[in-house]
Amino acid sequence: MTTRVMDWLDERLGLTTIYNTVLDRKVPKVNWWYTLGSATLFLFVLQAVTGIFLTVYYVPSPDHAYESIQYIMTGVTFGWLIRGIHHWGATLMVISVFLHMLRTFYMAAYKYPREFTWITGVILLLATLGMGFTGYLLPWNQRAYWATTVGTEIPGTAPLVGSFIERILRGGVELSAVTLARFFSLHIWFLPAIILLVLGTHLYQVIRIGISAVPGDED
Amino acid sequence: MASSHSIGRRDFVKIVLTFLGTVMGGILGLPAISYLVSPATKIKQSESWISLGPMENYEIGKPALFSFTKTTINGWEKTVNSYGAYVLRQSPDEVKVFSNMCTHLSCRVTWQEETQKYTCPCHDGHFAKEGQVLAGPPPESLHEYETKLEDGTLFLHHVEG
Repeated sequence: MTTRVMDWLDERLGLTTIYNTVLDRKVPKVNWWYTLGSATLFLFVLQAVTGIFLTVYYVPSPDHAYESIQYIMTGVTFGWLIRGIHHWGATLMVISVFLHMLRTFYMAAYKYPREFTWITGVILLLATLGMGFTGYLLPWNQRAYWATTVGTEIPGTAPLVGSFIERILRGGVELSAVTLARFFSLHIWFLPAIILLVLGTHLYQVIRIGISAVPGDED
Repeated sequence: MASSHSIGRRDFVKIVLTFLGTVMGGILGLPAISYLVSPATKIKQSESWISLGPMENYEIGKPALFSFTKTTINGWEKTVNSYGAYVLRQSPDEVKVFSNMCTHLSCRVTWQEETQKYTCPCHDGHFAKEGQVLAGPPPESLHEYETKLEDGTLFLHHVEG
């Protein structure tokens, strides 16, 4: 039965071709450092799933943000687990994208024909840091508030356009409900949309070109 | 000790993977589902006697609306709910108190003096003075509150959850 359904779908969707291209592609003999991209992809999916679950109870408003998180942590069954995974997953993801970048750099994997993969990777690294920065404000506790005060003040020190950038980030002169709302929107819509688009390109290139081998003595 | 039916390597891997997949799916799926249904499983029961004031205040034979509010904590917020009760004093010391919630789909009914009926604006439900269904979709009579009289003061028994 299952095989008949699968065959029917395969004939129409070309599942075998997708499977062969994506999973059965040729890979040079490499080491464990080459798994960091997959690890990051896994963490991204983990963050996406736990993040979607957190929006069930989280409220992006200064009156309720903190209370809604208190409720997630103490009132909701397994709320502590979902938020805990999202919290630690965020830290791990920053570490893993960074190590992934270092591996690509030291193994010279950014060279021809993979320069564009490297460029999309840089965008993804920046987007990941953006996710960390915008997500940090959402609990609306003392640490979040002051970290964002400092974090938005830094671009404010840039010459000429600095204070304008700071006001764009804050949605006004000071930190307010507008700041929280736009950080939330960036965190759950804009940045994930950018990440999905660029990640698609990044993975397409990995599949199309294949991964690079460990450089030998003659390289 | 050769077994009569040996399991091949592929089948063994399939069985182990199915088993582990089910266990892992359960470990991940159960917390996820409990997380989503959590507020529905934590309903607190509450009951209280609410004073409707002296019985003397209610005119005999004419339903009068009494409104009250109850505050509950839902998640991160206090929710204030309004309730209404129609007090029908039948004789000096006989009284019936009805909830103004329509038994069809919980819209609020209002007493119409001209037609001597409670009517529900949502789906045109009509109830008699004593709460019986006269017309429309409501499946049963208006719900009656339990009441008590203490030193001439009327109380209704409000139960939630």
